[in-house]
Formats: sequence, structure tokens, C-alpha cells
Amino acid sequence: MAAKHNITVGVTGLNNIDSPGPGIPVIRGLKESDFFEVRVIGLAYETLEPGIYMSDLVDKTYMIPYPSEGKEALYARIAQIQAIEHMDVIIPNFDAELYSFIRLEPELKRIGISTFLPTLTQFEERHKANLPEYGKKYTVNVPKSIEVTNPSQFEKAVKELKLPLVVKGKYYDAYIAHEESQIEGYFNKLSAKWGLPIILQQFIKGTEVNVIALGDGTGQTIAAVPMRKQYITDKGKAWGGITLADDAMLNLTKSIMTQTKWRGGMELELVRDANGKLFLIEINPRIPAWVYLAVGAGQNIPEALVKLALGIDVAPYQHYDVGKMFIRYSYDMIVGIDKFEQFTMTGEL
Amino acid sequence: MKIRSNIAVSESGFVFDPSTGESFTLNKTGQEIISLVKQGMDYEQILNSLLANYGGEKPLYERYLVEFFEELRNFNLLEE
Repeated sequence: MAAKHNITVGVTGLNNIDSPGPGIPVIRGLKESDFFEVRVIGLAYETLEPGIYMSDLVDKTYMIPYPSEGKEALYARIAQIQAIEHMDVIIPNFDAELYSFIRLEPELKRIGISTFLPTLTQFEERHKANLPEYGKKYTVNVPKSIEVTNPSQFEKAVKELKLPLVVKGKYYDAYIAHEESQIEGYFNKLSAKWGLPIILQQFIKGTEVNVIALGDGTGQTIAAVPMRKQYITDKGKAWGGITLADDAMLNLTKSIMTQTKWRGGMELELVRDANGKLFLIEINPRIPAWVYLAVGAGQNIPEALVKLALGIDVAPYQHYDVGKMFIRYSYDMIVGIDKFEQFTMTGEL
Repeated sequence: MKIRSNIAVSESGFVFDPSTGESFTLNKTGQEIISLVKQGMDYEQILNSLLANYGGEKPLYERYLVEFFEELRNFNLLEE
């Protein structure tokens, strides 16, 4: 076997909690690469992100500033880390930080860091609030959605969308409102956490299915694996899932990739109604937390993404195992206060 | 009447639909009926085969068999 290529990759999303970030599963994919020998630099926002303390997966972690502090602060910190770590690639895993990383792409490149992210146009047009236009433009079935910024708009929206309806946060989280009176509570909760606007969306009754995919930016689908959530937590997160043989889902993914020339990882959140019709509920512009299922089913998406970022040719995956399952579990790590202290006080571990 | 071609039925009676990810379990009688369907038997032939093997009253078998096929249909496991 040829020698592996040594690289250093920065990864965010180390919050492997009940609503997990994709960082740790991305790292597991990278560590299992046959092509790369990866040194992982964790980039964390909070001192209790579990990945910081997973020294078998994360070689070194640095604290980075919240996206709300702006891209200049983020760049300054990354440049500081880069002087020590010489990262080849960074994989950002949070929706909220993507805007800054996309804007910083040229600056990061100049200091030797490659990324493989959607363009700003691709990122903006798939926003939840833009989903109706997105559906029209790319001939995809989408539920009706209305963007709201204050409670006076609820009544009109309820008339149009009917109850129940889904109340969605700008970046994350969603609640089903069965009565109009519930909408305001969810609106306040979501706007306090993620800001405005809030999206009210028609509720489609059916089975939730998802596709994880990777586009090369030219319209080609490098990887795509469809999955059905088998166990969903009260936060709506998959705690178990299974890969599916579903041509309709794969064709929809390829059609979106071809038309949008999507660059990077993505997740399509879909609902299949009782008539078998697929509705696109949301596009997440990054690798989802269940990516390790795709790795286990034969498509190492994190490895392929790093190759694309480094300009290495990647042949599209043609196969994945159907009927592969993931079952998530929680695990208590025992950590000395010295480690916590070190990360809290120095921003490094 | 046929079981959909992509449906996997294991010897233990575990049924897996790869297009939906749903799985089901069959008891021994269910397994026997599925095996008769796979041999190409129609409803009448399956009914007669069960009667011949186990004896008993035909209406009772008919009731359960119709219910069983209805379930297979509801779960979208049949190709008719």
C-alpha cells in the first residue's frame, strides 16, 4: 500500500452532545482514511465541547471566537493558530459560522488553508426563508413557507398555511404548532436563540428521510447516501438511522447538484408524503452529524471533501451499502480539572 | 401475487424493505406463507396447502389469510 499523505485538518463542531455537531463524526471519517494520515486540530467555541477532551481523535484544540464577533476576529485567531499548526484544510461544521468562513476563503488560502465550501450565492439561496423561490427555480417540491418578523403576521400566515404548521429558527430548531396560540411562544424562543426572521412552514405529514451529499462545484455529485431516521429524539435529531435504496432521492440530489453546481457537503431534509411524493424541507449547507453512517456504508465523505479542498481528483462514489444502520450512544468521559482549567485559561488543549 | 423483488426475507423470518428502511418480523406461520408465495402459489393454493398440512376449518384459515395479505399490502410488500 502506498504511504499515506500527512496533513493537518482543522475541524469545528466538536459539540458531540444531544444535538450533536458534525465535528467528531467528520474526524472519525478522516482518521479512517486510507489516503491521508490526519493530524486533527479542533476549533471550539465552548469549554465543554466534548471533542476538546477526546485526545484519541483530536490532537490539539484551540478556542476560537463566536461568529457574532465577526470575521476579522475569526481570521486573527485562525492566523495565530496557523502560525503554530500549519493546517492544510479547515472543515467548518456549523451553519452559523459558514458565512464568515466563506467570506474568508481567499485570506485563508493565502496563509495555506484550503476550504471546500459553497459560494455565497449557493449559501444564501438555500436559506429556509428562500425555499419557495428555490423550489420554483430548481423544480423541487417544497412546502409553503412564510417568513415572519413579528406576531402581527401570524394570523395571515395561519390562514394560508393551515394548522398544524412548523415554526423554524433561522439556523436551527423547529417546533410544530397545533394551535395558533402556540406560535408566539415558539417564535420568542427561536428568535431569542437564533435571531430573526422566523419561518412558518406548511406541515407535510409523512416519513422524514435525508440525503447526505458532496458536490464538486461543477455539478457533479461525488457522494450521496439516503437515510431514514429510525429513532428521533425530542430535539428532532436522529438517534438511529438506516441507509436506503431509493432512486427518487438520489435523482433529486443529483438534479439539485447539477443545477446548482453545489460546492461542498450538504444534507437534504425531505419528507415523503402518503402518495410517495418527496418534499424538500431544508438544505443544510454542510456535512450533517450522521456523516459517519455514510462512511460506514462505503462513502468516506470527509476524506473526499479534503481531497477536493486540496485539488486532488476524486471519482464519484458509485456504491454504498443499503441497510447499514447507525445507533448513536452517549458516553461519559472522566476528565481531570487540570484539562478543563488549561483550556479555560489558555484557550488551548 | 408476488413479494416485491427488492424485499429481503431471511431464514429467521426477518423482512427488510430497502426502499423505506422498514423491517418486520414473521412468526413461523407467516414464514411458511411467504415461502409458499415465493414458490409462486396463489391464494387458493396457499389456503389448500395450509389446510392439508394442519387440518381445521377452512373459514378460519380464510379469515387469517386475508388479514395477513392485507397487512402485506398495507406495508407495501406485495407486487400484484
